[in-house]
Amino acid sequence: MSRLEFDHVTVRFGAGRAALTAVDQVSLTVPSGQIVGLVGESGSGKSTLARAAVGLVKLQSGRVLLDGRPVPTSGRRPLQMVFQDPNSSLDPRMTVGESIREIIPPSLPAAQRWGEVRRLLDLVHLDPARARAYPSQLSGGQRQRVALARALAGRPEVVIADEITSSLDVSIQGTVLNLVRELQAELGLSILFISHNLAVVRYVAASVAVMYQGRIVESGPTATVLTRPDHPYTRRLVAAIPAGPRSGPAAAAAGDAPPAPASPTTPIRPPDPSAHSPRSLP
Amino acid sequence: MDATSTSLDRRRRAGAPAEAEDSPPAAGRPDLDLDVVAAPSGHRLWAALRTPLGATAAGLLGLVLLTALLAPLLWTGPAEAIDTSNILAGPSAQHWIGTDALGRDLFSRVLVATRLSVLLALAATGIAVGVGLILGSAPVLLGPTAGQAVAWLIGVAVAFPGLLLALFFAVIFGASQTGAVCAIGLAGAPSFARLCHTMIAGVMGRDFVAAARVGGIGRGRVLIRHVLPNIAEPLVVQATMGAGSVLLSFAGLSFLGLGVKAPAYDWGRLMNEGLSGIFIHPLAALGPGLAVVLAGLAFNLTGETAARSLGLAAQGGFVSLARPQRPARSAGPAPAAVPSTDEPARTVLTVEGLEVAFPGPAGPLRPVRGVSFSLAAGQALGLVGESGSGKSLTALAVAQLIEPPGQVEAKRLRFAGTDLGALGPRAQRHLLGTSLAMVFQDPMTSLNPTMRVGSQLAEVSRQHYGLRRRAAWRRAVERLAAVRIDQSERRARQYPHEFSGGMRQRAMIGMGVMGTPRLIIADEPTTALDVTVQQQVLDLLRSIRRQDQVALWLISHDVSVVAEVCDRVMVMYAGRIVEELPIERLRHDARHPYTRLLVAAVPDMTTDLTAPLPTIPGRPVEVGQTPPGCAFAPRCPLAGALCRSSDPELEPDGADGRVACWRAGAALPGSEPAEAMP
Amino acid sequence: MNALAAEATRPPAPPAGGSDWPVAAGLGPVRWLGALWRRRWVRFAVLRGGRLLVSLWVLVTAAFLMIHLVPGDPVRAALGLTASAEVVEARREALGLNLPLGQQYLNFLHGVLTGDLGASIGSRLPVGQIIAQRLPATASLAGLAFLVAVAVAFPLGVAVAVATRGGRRRRTELSFATSSVVLGSIPDFLFGVALVSVFAVGLHLLPVAGRGSAATYVLPVLSLSLGPAAILARIVRVEMLSVLETDYVRTARAKRLPRRRVYLRHALPNAVTASLTVGGLMLSSMVAGTVLVESVFAWPGLGSTIVSAILTKDYPLAQGVVLVYGVGVLLVNTVVDVALALLDPRSTVGAS
Repeated sequence: MSRLEFDHVTVRFGAGRAALTAVDQVSLTVPSGQIVGLVGESGSGKSTLARAAVGLVKLQSGRVLLDGRPVPTSGRRPLQMVFQDPNSSLDPRMTVGESIREIIPPSLPAAQRWGEVRRLLDLVHLDPARARAYPSQLSGGQRQRVALARALAGRPEVVIADEITSSLDVSIQGTVLNLVRELQAELGLSILFISHNLAVVRYVAASVAVMYQGRIVESGPTATVLTRPDHPYTRRLVAAIPAGPRSGPAAAAAGDAPPAPASPTTPIRPPDPSAHSPRSLP
Repeated sequence: MDATSTSLDRRRRAGAPAEAEDSPPAAGRPDLDLDVVAAPSGHRLWAALRTPLGATAAGLLGLVLLTALLAPLLWTGPAEAIDTSNILAGPSAQHWIGTDALGRDLFSRVLVATRLSVLLALAATGIAVGVGLILGSAPVLLGPTAGQAVAWLIGVAVAFPGLLLALFFAVIFGASQTGAVCAIGLAGAPSFARLCHTMIAGVMGRDFVAAARVGGIGRGRVLIRHVLPNIAEPLVVQATMGAGSVLLSFAGLSFLGLGVKAPAYDWGRLMNEGLSGIFIHPLAALGPGLAVVLAGLAFNLTGETAARSLGLAAQGGFVSLARPQRPARSAGPAPAAVPSTDEPARTVLTVEGLEVAFPGPAGPLRPVRGVSFSLAAGQALGLVGESGSGKSLTALAVAQLIEPPGQVEAKRLRFAGTDLGALGPRAQRHLLGTSLAMVFQDPMTSLNPTMRVGSQLAEVSRQHYGLRRRAAWRRAVERLAAVRIDQSERRARQYPHEFSGGMRQRAMIGMGVMGTPRLIIADEPTTALDVTVQQQVLDLLRSIRRQDQVALWLISHDVSVVAEVCDRVMVMYAGRIVEELPIERLRHDARHPYTRLLVAAVPDMTTDLTAPLPTIPGRPVEVGQTPPGCAFAPRCPLAGALCRSSDPELEPDGADGRVACWRAGAALPGSEPAEAMP
Repeated sequence: MNALAAEATRPPAPPAGGSDWPVAAGLGPVRWLGALWRRRWVRFAVLRGGRLLVSLWVLVTAAFLMIHLVPGDPVRAALGLTASAEVVEARREALGLNLPLGQQYLNFLHGVLTGDLGASIGSRLPVGQIIAQRLPATASLAGLAFLVAVAVAFPLGVAVAVATRGGRRRRTELSFATSSVVLGSIPDFLFGVALVSVFAVGLHLLPVAGRGSAATYVLPVLSLSLGPAAILARIVRVEMLSVLETDYVRTARAKRLPRRRVYLRHALPNAVTASLTVGGLMLSSMVAGTVLVESVFAWPGLGSTIVSAILTKDYPLAQGVVLVYGVGVLLVNTVVDVALALLDPRSTVGAS
C-alpha cells in the first residue's frame, strides 16, 4: 500500500488581523499499512488537517504526498475519508447502494458494479440486501459501516477516519473499532485515525501524534507516548483520562493535583505566557 | 412573498456561533429520542394530506385549479353579456353578487377571472423561482468571489419589501399585464434567491457532499445528483406558498390599476371596479376579494401542510386536535424493594417507583418505568446508560422539572427529609431552590444568552434568600471565585458567550452552590467538554462534595467518568435500573450481563490490544417498543424463555448491590477478554 | 467586516515629511482606536452604520438606473407617439438624459445629497416639494400602524404561547392558529374595502375616505396593521414556545424562580429577539403596504403619487418616491436591528 506524508502543511482561514492559523507547519507520516492515531481537543486543527489532505480545504503552504508524489485531485482518488457523523455523511435521498456505487472507479465495467457494492457491504459485515435501504432505515452503527464501505469503494490506499466513533452509542462503537482493525489487517490499508479519545486511539493505532494549537507537539509509538508523555500538553491530556472502573476510589486522590489552567487556549486567544509554550518543540 | 424566506433567513441572521469543526461527541444527547426511523417523504406527504386540514387545503386548491380550467368555458357568456337595463344591481337570484356598470353578472366574472388570476400568479412565481434558483446557485457556479458578491446583493435586495420592489420594476416595465408579471416575478426573486442560497449552502456543507467530492465526483455532478434532489422538495413547497403571496400581490397591482388592463379582467381589476360603487353595493368589491383570499389560502395552506409533513420549519399555525392522552395510573411493574425503608437520618434522597410517561401516537410512551433508589449525604452515585435509556428524564423527574404533557408518578419521592409530593408549590420551590443544584449537559445553551452571568447567579439569592441586589451580586462574585473563575468580578459582568465552555459549566456549578445544596444532580456535565476541561469540572464537583458533604448524583454515558467520581453506580437500560453496585465491583464483579458487556465493550487504557472488543449485538430499545419480559433479552447472550416472558425485579444481589436479572452472575459465553489483562 | 475592521484600526497616516514624527506618539492613537474597537457598542455602531450607508448607496444607484432600464426611449414613452421629435429632444435635454452616463450619475448623486430631485414631468413642480407635501400623511399612517401591530402582536403572542405551552388548551391554540392564518392571508387593501363597507358604509360610524380628524385614521391604520399583527403574533407565539423549550429556561426553572420571572425575565427577551429577527421584514413591508391602503381610502400620501407617476410615466417623480420609500424601509430595518442589539448582547458581536 502507500505512505501518506504531510510536509510542513499550513492551513489558514480568513485574512489580515482576523486570520486564524488552524494548522501550522505540520509534518506527519502515515507509514504504509499502519494505523496512526491523531489526538487533540476540539479546535486543535486535527479535522482541518484531515480535510486538507483530501483537498476539501486549501493549503496555505506545504505539501501532502502519497508515496512521495502529490495526491491526485482528479480521477481515481487513492485517498478516502470517513466522517464523524454518518447521519450527515450519507445522502438521505440515495440508497446506500447508490451512495457506494457512485464512488466505484469508472474503470470497473458497469455490469460488475452492483456485485462490487454487495462485496463491499459484505466486507463491512452488512447484509448485501441492505443496498436498497435508505440511510434513515439503518442504525447509527450500520450507517457508519456503510460510510466505511463507501470509502473502500474508491479502492483507496490510505483512509482518513475522522472521529468515526464519537457520534455512536457506546455499545455500538466497539463493532466499528473492531471493523477498522480488521480492515487494516485484511487489506493492509494505511489509516490516519483521528479521535479525541485516547483509549480508542490506543486500541486501534500503533503510533500516535498529539496535536495542539495547530501543531504536532509529540509523536511516537502509542505505548511510549501514553506511558511516558514528553510534552506538557500530552502530560495534561494523559493525566486527564478518567481513571476507569479499575482504579475505583483510588482515583479520588488524583483530584488533589494542581488544577490545570482555567481553560484551554485556542488559536484565537494566544496562550497564557505563564503556561508552557508549544513553540519550544520542533 | 417575504414570509417565504424568513424561516430560513432566521437561521442565518440569528447566527448561532459556528460549531467547532471537530466538536466533541454528542453521544447520550437526546435522552428521549422519540424520533423513530423516518418514513420516506412521499408517505409523510400523503399522510399529511389525509389530515382534516391537509385535505381541506388540497381540496380548496383543487377547486381553484378546476375553476381556473373550466370557468372560462362555462360562464364566459353571462360574464360578458351586457345588460344596460340592469346596471349596478344588487344581489338577486339571477345575479348572486349583483352586476357591474355595464350590467354584466359579477359572479360569473369572478369565476371566469380565476383563470387569468391564477395563470398570472403562476407565471410570476415561475419567474421568481427561476431567477432565484439561478442567483442562489451562483456561489456554486461562479466560484466563491463572484458568488459572494451576488449573495451580498441578494442580501441588500431582500431587505426591501416585495411590494416596493414590484413598484420599482413596475416603473421600469410600465403599467401592463406583462409588465406586472415581470415586476412581481423579479420582486419575488431576491427572497427565493436567498432561500436557494441558504438551502444550497446547507446541503453543500453536509458531509455527504464532502464525501462525494473526496470520492472524485465533480462539482456539476454534485450539484445535480446531491444538491438539487435535496432542495427540490422544500423548494417546491416554498414555491407553492409563494404562489399564494404572489396571487395577493398581483391582485394588489391590478387593484391599483397597474396590472391587468380592460377589457381583460382579473380579481384585482374587478375589485378596483367594485370600489367605485362601494356605496351602492359593497359585494361588488368584496366578492372578488373573497375569491383572492380563498385562492391565496389554498396555495398557502397546501404549502404549509406539505412543509409540515416534510419537517421544514414553518411559522406556527395549525396543530392536530389530538388530545394528549393521560397515561393510565401506574400499572407498571411493582417497585423493587429499597434497601432501607426506615430512611436513616443521612439519607438525602429517596425515590420509589418513579415513572415518567409522555403521550405518544399510540398510547403513552414510558421512557422511565419504575425507578427506585436512595442517596445519602456525601455519597456520590453514578447513573450510566446509553442514549434513550431514560437517565436524563429520571434526573429531571426527580428534580420536578418535567413539564406537561410529560407525567411523573412516584410511590415515594423524599428529598432532604421532606415528602416532595406533600409540599405546597411555594415551599417546594424554596426547598428545591436552596437545597438542590442541577448541572446540565450543554453549558453552551444552559445559560441565558441575554443576561449577565452574575445576574443569573445573583437572582438565586434574591429569590430564595431575599438578598438585596448589591448583596446578591457580591455573593455571585464570591461564588464564581469559589468555582475557580479568575477575575470573578469582571467575569460576573460578562455574558455567557464571552465565557469558554469549561467556564460556563463552572458557572453553572457556581449557580448551584449559591444556596446550600444537599444534592447536586449533574446530567452529563462533561460530555460537551474537552478531556482536559472535563477533568477540571470533575475535580470541582468532587471537592464540593468532599467539603460540604453534599450528595452527588452524576449521570453519564461514559462509564469511566462515573467510575472516577462515584462510590456506587446504577446501570439503566430501557427505562429501568438493571443493576446497582459499588464502583469497585463494576469491572470484575458485575452480575447483569448488560453491565458486564457495556464495561467490556468500551476500550480504556488497559484494554487488551490483541483481542477484538466484545460487542453487544442488536441496538438499544426504542422508547415505546419495549419487548415483553426483560428489555435486554433480545440482545442478551444468556437470555432464556423466562427472560423473554417475564421482567425480573431489581433485588439484592447477595453482596452489597441490587440486580434485575433472572440469570444474574451466570457466565457469559466465551470468557470476557477484558479479564485477561493483569 | 474584515475590511471595515482593518479600516478602523489602521493607524492614521503620518503627516507628509513626518520624519520627525515621534514613533511612540504614533502608537497612541492606534492603541486608542484598537481599544475603542474592542468595545462592542462602538463596533456595532460602526458596522451597522456602514451597512446602512452601503444600502443607501445601492438604493440611490438603483433609483438612478431605473430610468435607464426602461425598455426603449423613456421620454418617447412618457410623451406618447404624437409628440414631435423636437419636444422629445427638448425634454431629453431638460432631464439631462443627453449627458454621458457617468456625468448623469454624478448629477443625480449631487441632487440627492442637496435635496434636488428634479421636477415632475406632469405638474412641473419640484419633486422634493411634492414629496414634502405628501410624506407626513404616509409617514403618520405607517408609523401608527407599526405601533399598533407591535403593541398587539407581542402581548398576544406571548400570552397565547404561555397559555398553550406543552400542548395545553388545544382549542385556544387551534382557534388562535386558524384566525391568525386567515387574518394573515387577507391583503391589507381587502381589509380596507371590508372595513369601509362595514363601518363607514353600513354603520356610518367612521369616515369613508380622506385624511383629517383622528377618526379618519382609524380604518386605514387598522387595515394596514391587522394582517402584519396577526402574522407577527403567530411568529411571537412560535418563538416564545421554542424559547420555553430551551435549556436556559430549564435552568431558570431549576433555580425555582417564580413562573412570572421565568417568562418575563428569562424567556421574553429571547423570544422578542427571535421574533424581531424573523418578523422584522414584515414591519418594514408595512411601509410599502401604505400604497394600497392609501388607494382604498383616497389618502393624500405618497402612495397615490407613485401610482399616478407610474401610470403617467412621470419618471423623476417615481424615482423620488421610490427613494423615499426605500429610505423608510432601511430606517425601519435599522431601528429593528438596534432594538435587537439592545436586547441581545450577542447580536452586536458579529454585526455584519
